[in-house]
Amino acid sequence: MNQITRRRLITGGVAATAGVAGLAAAARIAGRYGLVPPDCKGIYGPGETLTYAAQRVLTAHSLAREFPRSMISKTPFMNETAPKSDEFKRLEAGDFKEWRLAIDGMVARPGVYSISELKSLPMRSQITEVVCEEGWSYIAEWIGTPLSDVLQAVGVLPQARYVAYFAIEKDWWDSIDMADAWHPQTVLSWGMNDGDLPVGFGGPLRLRVPRQLGYKSMKYLTRLTVTDSMKKFGKGLGSASPEGGYAWYAGI
Amino acid sequence: MGASRAAESDAAHAPRHGVVVRVTHWITVVCFLALVVTGAEIVISHPRFYWGETGNVNMKPLFTIPIASSRDTVPTGYGYVMPDQNGWSRYLHFEAAWVVVLTGLVYGIAGLWSGHFRKDLWLGRGEGSWRAFAAVMGRYLRRGPPGEADAHSYNVMQKAAYLGVIFVLFPLVIWTGLALSPSFNSAFPFWVNVLGGRQSARTLHFFVSWALVLFLVVHVGMVVMAGFWSRTKAMITGR
Repeated sequence: MNQITRRRLITGGVAATAGVAGLAAAARIAGRYGLVPPDCKGIYGPGETLTYAAQRVLTAHSLAREFPRSMISKTPFMNETAPKSDEFKRLEAGDFKEWRLAIDGMVARPGVYSISELKSLPMRSQITEVVCEEGWSYIAEWIGTPLSDVLQAVGVLPQARYVAYFAIEKDWWDSIDMADAWHPQTVLSWGMNDGDLPVGFGGPLRLRVPRQLGYKSMKYLTRLTVTDSMKKFGKGLGSASPEGGYAWYAGI
Repeated sequence: MGASRAAESDAAHAPRHGVVVRVTHWITVVCFLALVVTGAEIVISHPRFYWGETGNVNMKPLFTIPIASSRDTVPTGYGYVMPDQNGWSRYLHFEAAWVVVLTGLVYGIAGLWSGHFRKDLWLGRGEGSWRAFAAVMGRYLRRGPPGEADAHSYNVMQKAAYLGVIFVLFPLVIWTGLALSPSFNSAFPFWVNVLGGRQSARTLHFFVSWALVLFLVVHVGMVVMAGFWSRTKAMITGR
Protein backbone atom coordinates (compact mmCIF):
# COMPACT_ATOMS: atom_id res chain seq x y z
CA MET A 1 0.00 0.00 0.00
CA ASN A 2 2.83 2.41 0.88
CA GLN A 3 4.38 1.98 -2.54
CA ILE A 4 1.15 2.89 -4.24
CA THR A 5 0.69 5.91 -2.04
CA ARG A 6 4.20 7.09 -2.76
CA ARG A 7 3.81 6.52 -6.48
CA ARG A 8 0.53 8.42 -6.45
CA LEU A 9 2.15 11.22 -4.50
CA ILE A 10 4.98 11.53 -7.00
CA THR A 11 2.78 11.39 -10.10
CA GLY A 12 0.35 13.79 -8.48
CA GLY A 13 3.17 16.19 -7.63
CA VAL A 14 4.60 16.03 -11.13
CA ALA A 15 1.16 16.58 -12.66
CA ALA A 16 0.46 19.54 -10.36
CA THR A 17 3.84 21.14 -11.13
CA ALA A 18 3.31 20.61 -14.86
CA GLY A 19 -0.17 22.10 -14.55
CA VAL A 20 1.02 25.22 -12.75
CA ALA A 21 3.93 25.66 -15.17
CA GLY A 22 1.57 25.14 -18.11
CA LEU A 23 -0.86 27.73 -16.78
CA ALA A 24 1.95 30.24 -16.24
CA ALA A 25 3.23 29.64 -19.78
CA ALA A 26 -0.30 29.94 -21.20
CA ALA A 27 -0.80 33.24 -19.36
CA ARG A 28 2.47 34.61 -20.80
CA ILE A 29 1.59 33.53 -24.33
CA ALA A 30 -1.94 34.95 -23.99
CA GLY A 31 -0.50 38.28 -22.82
CA ARG A 32 2.03 38.32 -25.64
CA TYR A 33 -0.63 37.82 -28.33
CA GLY A 34 -3.20 40.21 -26.85
CA LEU A 35 -5.59 37.51 -25.61
CA VAL A 36 -6.08 39.01 -22.14
CA PRO A 37 -9.00 41.45 -21.70
CA PRO A 38 -8.62 44.63 -19.60
CA ASP A 39 -11.08 43.25 -17.00
CA CYS A 40 -9.04 40.07 -16.45
CA LYS A 41 -8.71 40.54 -12.68
CA GLY A 42 -11.04 39.38 -9.94
CA ILE A 43 -13.05 36.19 -9.49
CA TYR A 44 -14.61 36.37 -12.95
CA GLY A 45 -11.27 37.15 -14.63
CA PRO A 46 -10.38 33.56 -15.59
CA GLY A 47 -13.73 32.95 -17.32
CA GLU A 48 -13.57 36.29 -19.13
CA THR A 49 -10.01 35.65 -20.26
CA LEU A 50 -10.89 32.17 -21.54
CA THR A 51 -13.89 33.51 -23.46
CA TYR A 52 -11.99 36.43 -24.97
CA ALA A 53 -8.90 34.37 -25.86
CA ALA A 54 -10.92 31.49 -27.35
CA GLN A 55 -13.13 33.79 -29.40
CA ARG A 56 -10.20 35.89 -30.61
CA VAL A 57 -8.44 32.74 -31.83
CA LEU A 58 -11.60 31.25 -33.41
CA THR A 59 -13.06 34.41 -34.93
CA ALA A 60 -9.96 36.37 -35.96
CA HIS A 61 -11.32 37.41 -39.38
CA SER A 62 -14.86 36.07 -39.41
CA LEU A 63 -17.74 38.25 -40.54
CA ALA A 64 -20.95 38.70 -38.55
CA ARG A 65 -23.97 37.17 -40.23
CA GLU A 66 -25.60 39.48 -42.78
CA PHE A 67 -29.25 39.06 -43.73
CA PRO A 68 -31.39 39.58 -46.82
CA ARG A 69 -33.32 42.83 -47.09
CA SER A 70 -36.57 40.93 -46.51
CA MET A 71 -35.46 40.11 -42.97
CA ILE A 72 -35.09 43.74 -41.84
CA SER A 73 -37.26 44.11 -38.72
CA LYS A 74 -40.41 46.14 -39.23
CA THR A 75 -40.54 46.92 -35.53
CA PRO A 76 -37.01 47.48 -34.24
CA PHE A 77 -36.60 48.51 -30.62
CA MET A 78 -34.80 51.72 -29.60
CA ASN A 79 -34.14 50.87 -25.94
CA GLU A 80 -32.74 54.20 -24.74
CA THR A 81 -34.14 57.66 -25.16
CA ALA A 82 -32.06 60.54 -26.46
CA PRO A 83 -29.59 62.33 -24.18
CA LYS A 84 -31.38 65.03 -22.19
CA SER A 85 -28.50 67.49 -22.04
CA ASP A 86 -28.94 71.03 -23.40
CA GLU A 87 -25.85 70.49 -25.52
CA PHE A 88 -27.49 67.56 -27.32
CA LYS A 89 -30.77 69.46 -27.79
CA ARG A 90 -28.87 72.40 -29.28
CA LEU A 91 -27.05 70.13 -31.76
CA GLU A 92 -30.29 68.33 -32.64
CA ALA A 93 -32.02 71.67 -33.29
CA GLY A 94 -29.24 72.45 -35.78
CA ASP A 95 -29.78 69.15 -37.62
CA PHE A 96 -26.49 67.91 -36.18
CA LYS A 97 -24.55 70.03 -38.68
CA GLU A 98 -22.27 71.01 -35.79
CA TRP A 99 -21.83 67.45 -34.51
CA ARG A 100 -18.13 66.57 -34.47
CA LEU A 101 -16.18 63.36 -34.09
CA ALA A 102 -12.67 63.95 -32.72
CA ILE A 103 -9.93 61.36 -33.24
CA ASP A 104 -6.80 61.58 -31.14
CA GLY A 105 -4.26 59.51 -29.24
CA MET A 106 -1.71 57.34 -30.98
CA VAL A 107 -2.34 58.59 -34.48
CA ALA A 108 -0.08 60.50 -36.86
CA ARG A 109 -2.72 63.07 -37.86
CA PRO A 110 -5.35 63.72 -35.17
CA GLY A 111 -8.51 65.09 -36.73
CA VAL A 112 -12.06 66.29 -36.29
CA TYR A 113 -14.84 65.14 -38.64
CA SER A 114 -18.33 66.44 -39.21
CA ILE A 115 -21.07 64.00 -40.25
CA SER A 116 -20.94 65.27 -43.83
CA GLU A 117 -17.15 64.81 -43.90
CA LEU A 118 -17.64 61.23 -42.73
CA LYS A 119 -20.24 60.74 -45.45
CA SER A 120 -17.69 61.83 -48.07
CA LEU A 121 -15.43 58.91 -47.13
CA PRO A 122 -15.99 55.36 -48.54
CA MET A 123 -19.35 53.99 -47.45
CA ARG A 124 -20.48 50.57 -46.29
CA SER A 125 -23.99 49.26 -45.91
CA GLN A 126 -24.72 46.01 -44.07
CA ILE A 127 -27.82 44.26 -42.81
CA THR A 128 -26.93 42.88 -39.39
CA GLU A 129 -28.67 41.98 -36.16
CA VAL A 130 -28.49 44.05 -32.99
CA VAL A 131 -28.47 41.57 -30.11
CA CYS A 132 -28.98 42.87 -26.60
CA GLU A 133 -27.47 41.12 -23.59
CA GLU A 134 -31.03 41.04 -22.17
CA GLY A 135 -32.09 38.64 -24.91
CA TRP A 136 -34.00 40.67 -27.51
CA SER A 137 -32.83 41.49 -31.01
CA TYR A 138 -33.71 43.14 -34.32
CA ILE A 139 -32.26 43.32 -37.80
CA ALA A 140 -31.58 46.61 -39.57
CA GLU A 141 -29.54 47.98 -42.41
CA TRP A 142 -26.67 50.02 -41.08
CA ILE A 143 -25.02 52.54 -43.35
CA GLY A 144 -21.83 54.31 -42.45
CA THR A 145 -18.13 54.84 -42.77
CA PRO A 146 -15.96 51.84 -41.91
CA LEU A 147 -13.85 52.68 -38.86
CA SER A 148 -10.87 51.19 -40.70
CA ASP A 149 -11.06 53.92 -43.36
CA VAL A 150 -11.00 56.64 -40.72
CA LEU A 151 -8.14 54.90 -38.87
CA GLN A 152 -6.24 54.72 -42.16
CA ALA A 153 -6.82 58.42 -42.77
CA VAL A 154 -5.45 59.48 -39.39
CA GLY A 155 -2.52 57.02 -39.49
CA VAL A 156 -2.58 54.63 -36.53
CA LEU A 157 0.80 54.23 -34.83
CA PRO A 158 2.16 50.67 -34.58
CA GLN A 159 1.93 50.47 -30.77
CA ALA A 160 -1.86 50.94 -30.84
CA ARG A 161 -3.81 48.17 -29.09
CA TYR A 162 -7.25 49.63 -28.42
CA VAL A 163 -9.62 52.26 -29.72
CA ALA A 164 -11.50 53.93 -26.87
CA TYR A 165 -14.72 55.70 -27.77
CA PHE A 166 -16.80 58.29 -25.97
CA ALA A 167 -20.40 59.43 -26.22
CA ILE A 168 -21.76 62.92 -25.67
CA GLU A 169 -22.90 61.70 -22.22
CA LYS A 170 -19.90 61.93 -19.95
CA ASP A 171 -20.02 58.48 -18.35
CA TRP A 172 -20.70 56.58 -21.58
CA TRP A 173 -17.42 55.28 -22.90
CA ASP A 174 -16.12 51.98 -24.14
CA SER A 175 -13.27 50.43 -26.12
CA ILE A 176 -12.52 47.68 -28.62
CA ASP A 177 -9.27 45.94 -29.48
CA MET A 178 -7.55 46.49 -32.84
CA ALA A 179 -8.99 43.23 -34.24
CA ASP A 180 -12.47 44.72 -33.95
CA ALA A 181 -11.29 48.26 -34.80
CA TRP A 182 -9.85 47.14 -38.17
CA HIS A 183 -12.72 44.69 -38.78
CA PRO A 184 -14.55 45.54 -42.06
CA GLN A 185 -17.99 45.46 -40.38
CA THR A 186 -17.08 47.89 -37.60
CA VAL A 187 -18.78 50.99 -38.93
CA LEU A 188 -19.27 54.61 -37.84
CA SER A 189 -22.95 54.46 -38.65
CA TRP A 190 -24.88 57.57 -39.68
CA GLY A 191 -27.66 55.86 -41.67
CA MET A 192 -30.25 53.20 -40.97
CA ASN A 193 -32.67 51.49 -43.36
CA ASP A 194 -32.05 53.95 -46.23
CA GLY A 195 -32.45 57.09 -44.10
CA ASP A 196 -30.46 59.12 -41.60
CA LEU A 197 -29.84 57.30 -38.33
CA PRO A 198 -32.75 58.30 -36.06
CA VAL A 199 -31.89 59.79 -32.68
CA GLY A 200 -33.60 56.88 -30.88
CA PHE A 201 -31.23 54.43 -32.55
CA GLY A 202 -28.12 56.46 -31.78
CA GLY A 203 -28.18 59.23 -34.36
CA PRO A 204 -26.44 61.19 -35.58
CA LEU A 205 -23.50 58.81 -35.06
CA ARG A 206 -23.25 55.34 -33.59
CA LEU A 207 -20.42 52.82 -33.66
CA ARG A 208 -21.69 49.46 -34.90
CA VAL A 209 -19.69 46.41 -33.70
CA PRO A 210 -21.92 43.59 -34.99
CA ARG A 211 -19.80 40.72 -33.65
CA GLN A 212 -20.48 41.88 -30.10
CA LEU A 213 -23.60 42.52 -28.04
CA GLY A 214 -25.56 45.73 -28.47
CA TYR A 215 -24.00 47.61 -25.60
CA LYS A 216 -20.67 47.75 -27.46
CA SER A 217 -22.42 49.58 -30.32
CA MET A 218 -22.37 52.90 -28.51
CA LYS A 219 -24.73 55.71 -29.46
CA TYR A 220 -24.09 59.48 -29.79
CA LEU A 221 -20.38 59.13 -30.54
CA THR A 222 -18.20 62.24 -30.20
CA ARG A 223 -14.60 61.07 -29.71
CA LEU A 224 -12.22 58.22 -30.54
CA THR A 225 -8.87 57.77 -28.82
CA VAL A 226 -6.32 55.27 -30.10
CA THR A 227 -4.21 53.92 -27.24
CA ASP A 228 -1.71 51.22 -26.27
CA SER A 229 -3.30 50.56 -22.88
CA MET A 230 -6.73 50.88 -21.28
CA LYS A 231 -5.14 51.37 -17.83
CA LYS A 232 -5.23 55.15 -18.32
CA PHE A 233 -9.02 55.26 -18.77
CA GLY A 234 -11.44 55.29 -15.83
CA LYS A 235 -10.65 52.45 -13.46
CA GLY A 236 -8.51 50.75 -16.09
CA LEU A 237 -11.03 48.00 -16.85
CA GLY A 238 -11.44 48.86 -20.52
CA SER A 239 -14.81 50.59 -20.45
CA ALA A 240 -17.60 51.88 -18.26
CA SER A 241 -19.27 48.45 -18.49
CA PRO A 242 -17.04 46.57 -16.00
CA GLU A 243 -17.36 49.53 -13.62
CA GLY A 244 -21.10 48.92 -13.78
CA GLY A 245 -20.61 45.17 -13.36
CA TYR A 246 -20.74 44.17 -17.03
CA ALA A 247 -18.02 42.47 -19.06
CA TRP A 248 -15.75 44.55 -21.30
CA TYR A 249 -15.76 41.91 -24.04
CA ALA A 250 -19.28 41.16 -25.21
CA GLY A 251 -18.80 38.50 -27.87
CA ILE A 252 -21.22 36.21 -26.02
CA MET B 1 2.88 -7.58 1.56
CA GLY B 2 2.72 -7.08 -2.14
CA ALA B 3 0.86 -5.31 -4.83
CA SER B 4 -1.20 -8.44 -5.51
CA ARG B 5 -2.78 -8.44 -2.06
CA ALA B 6 -3.53 -4.76 -2.33
CA ALA B 7 -5.20 -5.36 -5.68
CA GLU B 8 -7.22 -8.21 -4.22
CA SER B 9 -8.55 -6.10 -1.37
CA ASP B 10 -9.31 -3.30 -3.85
CA ALA B 11 -11.40 -5.67 -5.92
CA ALA B 12 -13.27 -6.88 -2.85
CA HIS B 13 -14.20 -3.33 -1.93
CA ALA B 14 -14.57 -1.85 -5.39
CA PRO B 15 -15.75 1.72 -4.90
CA ARG B 16 -19.34 2.45 -5.83
CA HIS B 17 -18.11 5.45 -7.82
CA GLY B 18 -14.63 5.99 -9.28
CA VAL B 19 -12.60 9.01 -8.27
CA VAL B 20 -13.04 10.84 -11.59
CA VAL B 21 -16.82 10.36 -11.43
CA ARG B 22 -16.94 11.66 -7.86
CA VAL B 23 -14.79 14.75 -8.43
CA THR B 24 -16.44 15.71 -11.74
CA HIS B 25 -19.89 15.10 -10.23
CA TRP B 26 -19.42 17.66 -7.48
CA ILE B 27 -17.76 20.25 -9.72
CA THR B 28 -20.74 19.85 -12.05
CA VAL B 29 -23.15 20.31 -9.13
CA VAL B 30 -21.57 23.63 -8.15
CA CYS B 31 -21.41 24.87 -11.76
CA PHE B 32 -24.94 23.75 -12.58
CA LEU B 33 -26.41 25.57 -9.58
CA ALA B 34 -24.47 28.71 -10.57
CA LEU B 35 -25.71 28.39 -14.16
CA VAL B 36 -29.35 27.93 -13.13
CA VAL B 37 -29.37 30.88 -10.72
CA THR B 38 -27.56 33.24 -13.11
CA GLY B 39 -29.59 31.97 -16.07
CA ALA B 40 -32.80 32.80 -14.21
CA GLU B 41 -31.44 36.28 -13.41
CA ILE B 42 -30.69 36.87 -17.09
CA VAL B 43 -34.17 35.67 -18.11
CA ILE B 44 -35.71 38.19 -15.69
CA SER B 45 -34.27 41.03 -17.78
CA HIS B 46 -36.45 39.88 -20.68
CA PRO B 47 -39.00 37.24 -19.61
CA ARG B 48 -40.41 36.94 -23.13
CA PHE B 49 -39.56 34.23 -25.63
CA TYR B 50 -39.78 34.22 -29.42
CA TRP B 51 -39.26 31.91 -32.36
CA GLY B 52 -37.11 32.68 -35.39
CA GLU B 53 -34.22 35.10 -35.81
CA THR B 54 -35.44 38.28 -34.12
CA GLY B 55 -37.70 39.22 -31.23
CA ASN B 56 -38.24 42.29 -29.06
CA VAL B 57 -40.97 44.00 -27.07
CA ASN B 58 -42.49 45.40 -30.29
CA MET B 59 -43.03 41.85 -31.57
CA LYS B 60 -45.46 39.14 -30.60
CA PRO B 61 -43.82 36.68 -28.23
CA LEU B 62 -44.16 32.90 -28.45
CA PHE B 63 -44.86 32.97 -24.73
CA THR B 64 -44.21 35.18 -21.74
CA ILE B 65 -43.26 34.20 -18.22
CA PRO B 66 -45.65 36.01 -15.86
CA ILE B 67 -43.03 37.66 -13.66
CA ALA B 68 -41.80 41.21 -13.19
CA SER B 69 -38.74 42.22 -15.20
CA SER B 70 -35.48 43.88 -14.23
CA ARG B 71 -35.98 46.34 -17.12
CA ASP B 72 -38.59 49.09 -17.24
CA THR B 73 -38.72 48.73 -21.04
CA VAL B 74 -40.44 45.33 -20.80
CA PRO B 75 -44.22 45.52 -20.40
CA THR B 76 -45.05 42.91 -17.75
CA GLY B 77 -48.20 44.33 -16.16
CA TYR B 78 -46.40 44.62 -12.84
CA GLY B 79 -45.98 48.07 -11.41
CA TYR B 80 -42.40 47.57 -10.34
CA VAL B 81 -38.97 46.77 -11.78
CA MET B 82 -36.71 44.16 -10.23
CA PRO B 83 -33.05 44.97 -9.51
CA ASP B 84 -30.65 44.45 -12.42
CA GLN B 85 -28.43 41.43 -11.71
CA ASN B 86 -27.24 40.80 -15.27
CA GLY B 87 -23.66 42.04 -14.87
CA TRP B 88 -22.34 39.49 -12.39
CA SER B 89 -24.86 36.92 -13.60
CA ARG B 90 -23.40 37.00 -17.10
CA TYR B 91 -19.80 36.93 -15.83
CA LEU B 92 -20.57 33.96 -13.56
CA HIS B 93 -22.74 32.18 -16.16
CA PHE B 94 -19.87 32.00 -18.64
CA GLU B 95 -17.21 31.23 -16.04
CA ALA B 96 -19.31 28.35 -14.70
CA ALA B 97 -19.96 27.23 -18.29
CA TRP B 98 -16.22 27.06 -18.94
CA VAL B 99 -15.58 25.05 -15.78
CA VAL B 100 -18.43 22.61 -16.43
CA VAL B 101 -17.47 22.12 -20.09
CA LEU B 102 -13.82 21.45 -19.23
CA THR B 103 -14.95 19.16 -16.41
CA GLY B 104 -17.26 17.36 -18.82
CA LEU B 105 -14.35 16.93 -21.21
CA VAL B 106 -12.27 15.28 -18.48
CA TYR B 107 -15.24 13.10 -17.51
CA GLY B 108 -15.90 12.13 -21.12
CA ILE B 109 -12.30 11.20 -21.90
CA ALA B 110 -11.89 9.34 -18.60
CA GLY B 111 -15.23 7.59 -19.15
CA LEU B 112 -14.16 6.28 -22.53
CA TRP B 113 -10.67 5.41 -21.30
CA SER B 114 -11.74 3.53 -18.17
CA GLY B 115 -14.77 1.87 -19.73
CA HIS B 116 -17.10 3.69 -17.32
CA PHE B 117 -19.61 4.39 -20.10
CA ARG B 118 -19.44 0.84 -21.50
CA LYS B 119 -19.47 -1.00 -18.17
CA ASP B 120 -21.67 1.19 -15.98
CA LEU B 121 -23.97 3.17 -18.27
CA TRP B 122 -24.43 1.37 -21.57
CA LEU B 123 -27.55 -0.82 -21.63
CA GLY B 124 -26.73 -4.47 -20.94
CA ARG B 125 -28.05 -7.54 -22.74
CA GLY B 126 -31.85 -7.66 -22.58
CA GLU B 127 -32.10 -4.26 -20.92
CA GLY B 128 -33.08 -2.37 -24.02
CA SER B 129 -36.63 -3.77 -24.13
CA TRP B 130 -39.83 -2.06 -23.07
CA ARG B 131 -40.51 -4.99 -20.76
CA ALA B 132 -37.28 -4.41 -18.83
CA PHE B 133 -38.15 -0.74 -18.67
CA ALA B 134 -41.68 -1.45 -17.47
CA ALA B 135 -40.43 -3.85 -14.80
CA VAL B 136 -38.20 -1.20 -13.24
CA MET B 137 -40.88 1.44 -13.63
CA GLY B 138 -43.42 -0.83 -11.94
CA ARG B 139 -41.10 -1.39 -9.04
CA TYR B 140 -40.59 2.34 -8.60
CA LEU B 141 -44.34 2.95 -8.70
CA ARG B 142 -44.99 0.21 -6.14
CA ARG B 143 -42.11 1.72 -4.18
CA GLY B 144 -40.76 -1.81 -3.89
CA PRO B 145 -37.35 -2.53 -2.38
CA PRO B 146 -34.39 -2.24 -4.74
CA GLY B 147 -33.13 -5.43 -6.31
CA GLU B 148 -29.92 -7.17 -5.31
CA ALA B 149 -28.03 -5.76 -8.29
CA ASP B 150 -29.04 -2.17 -7.58
CA ALA B 151 -26.48 -1.90 -4.78
CA HIS B 152 -23.56 -1.89 -7.19
CA SER B 153 -24.96 -1.20 -10.64
CA TYR B 154 -27.50 1.06 -12.31
CA ASN B 155 -30.88 -0.23 -13.49
CA VAL B 156 -32.14 0.48 -16.98
CA MET B 157 -34.05 3.62 -16.03
CA GLN B 158 -31.07 5.10 -14.26
CA LYS B 159 -28.88 4.28 -17.25
CA ALA B 160 -31.34 5.87 -19.67
CA ALA B 161 -31.59 9.00 -17.51
CA TYR B 162 -27.83 9.38 -17.13
CA LEU B 163 -27.15 8.66 -20.81
CA GLY B 164 -29.82 11.19 -21.76
CA VAL B 165 -28.32 13.87 -19.55
CA ILE B 166 -24.71 13.20 -20.55
CA PHE B 167 -25.13 12.61 -24.28
CA VAL B 168 -28.29 14.54 -25.17
CA LEU B 169 -29.16 17.34 -22.74
CA PHE B 170 -25.65 18.57 -21.90
CA PRO B 171 -24.57 18.71 -25.58
CA LEU B 172 -27.85 20.44 -26.45
CA VAL B 173 -27.56 23.04 -23.71
CA ILE B 174 -23.99 23.80 -24.81
CA TRP B 175 -25.07 23.99 -28.46
CA THR B 176 -28.02 26.31 -27.83
CA GLY B 177 -25.99 28.44 -25.41
CA LEU B 178 -23.07 28.91 -27.79
CA ALA B 179 -25.56 29.77 -30.55
CA LEU B 180 -26.34 32.95 -28.57
CA SER B 181 -22.81 34.26 -29.07
CA PRO B 182 -22.73 36.74 -31.96
CA SER B 183 -18.97 36.35 -32.20
CA PHE B 184 -19.03 32.54 -32.29
CA ASN B 185 -21.84 32.67 -34.87
CA SER B 186 -19.71 34.91 -37.09
CA ALA B 187 -17.20 32.09 -37.44
CA PHE B 188 -19.77 29.26 -37.53
CA PRO B 189 -23.06 30.66 -38.88
CA PHE B 190 -24.62 27.19 -39.35
CA TRP B 191 -24.39 26.71 -35.57
CA VAL B 192 -27.32 29.07 -34.98
CA ASN B 193 -28.95 28.82 -38.42
CA VAL B 194 -29.80 25.11 -38.06
CA LEU B 195 -31.68 25.93 -34.85
CA GLY B 196 -33.94 28.30 -36.78
CA GLY B 197 -32.33 31.57 -35.69
CA ARG B 198 -31.14 33.40 -32.64
CA GLN B 199 -34.47 33.66 -30.80
CA SER B 200 -35.23 29.98 -31.46
CA ALA B 201 -31.85 29.12 -29.97
CA ARG B 202 -32.65 31.21 -26.88
CA THR B 203 -36.04 29.54 -26.45
CA LEU B 204 -34.50 26.07 -26.89
CA HIS B 205 -31.75 26.94 -24.40
CA PHE B 206 -34.50 27.81 -21.92
CA PHE B 207 -36.36 24.50 -22.43
CA VAL B 208 -33.25 22.32 -22.32
CA SER B 209 -32.27 24.06 -19.09
CA TRP B 210 -35.68 23.19 -17.67
CA ALA B 211 -35.20 19.56 -18.71
CA LEU B 212 -31.91 19.52 -16.81
CA VAL B 213 -33.56 21.07 -13.75
CA LEU B 214 -36.29 18.42 -13.97
CA PHE B 215 -33.61 15.72 -14.05
CA LEU B 216 -31.96 17.28 -11.00
CA VAL B 217 -35.25 17.23 -9.05
CA VAL B 218 -35.96 13.57 -9.90
CA HIS B 219 -32.33 12.63 -9.28
CA VAL B 220 -32.27 14.20 -5.82
CA GLY B 221 -35.69 12.69 -5.09
CA MET B 222 -34.37 9.23 -5.94
CA VAL B 223 -31.28 9.77 -3.81
CA VAL B 224 -33.51 10.73 -0.89
CA MET B 225 -35.62 7.59 -1.40
CA ALA B 226 -32.52 5.37 -1.61
CA GLY B 227 -31.03 6.90 1.54
CA PHE B 228 -29.72 10.42 1.23
CA TRP B 229 -26.71 10.20 3.56
CA SER B 230 -25.41 6.82 2.42
CA ARG B 231 -25.70 7.73 -1.28
CA THR B 232 -24.20 11.18 -0.76
CA LYS B 233 -21.36 9.67 1.25
CA ALA B 234 -20.78 7.17 -1.55
CA MET B 235 -20.51 10.01 -4.06
CA ILE B 236 -17.96 11.74 -1.80
CA THR B 237 -15.80 8.90 -0.47
CA GLY B 238 -16.62 6.26 -3.06
CA ARG B 239 -17.78 3.77 -0.41
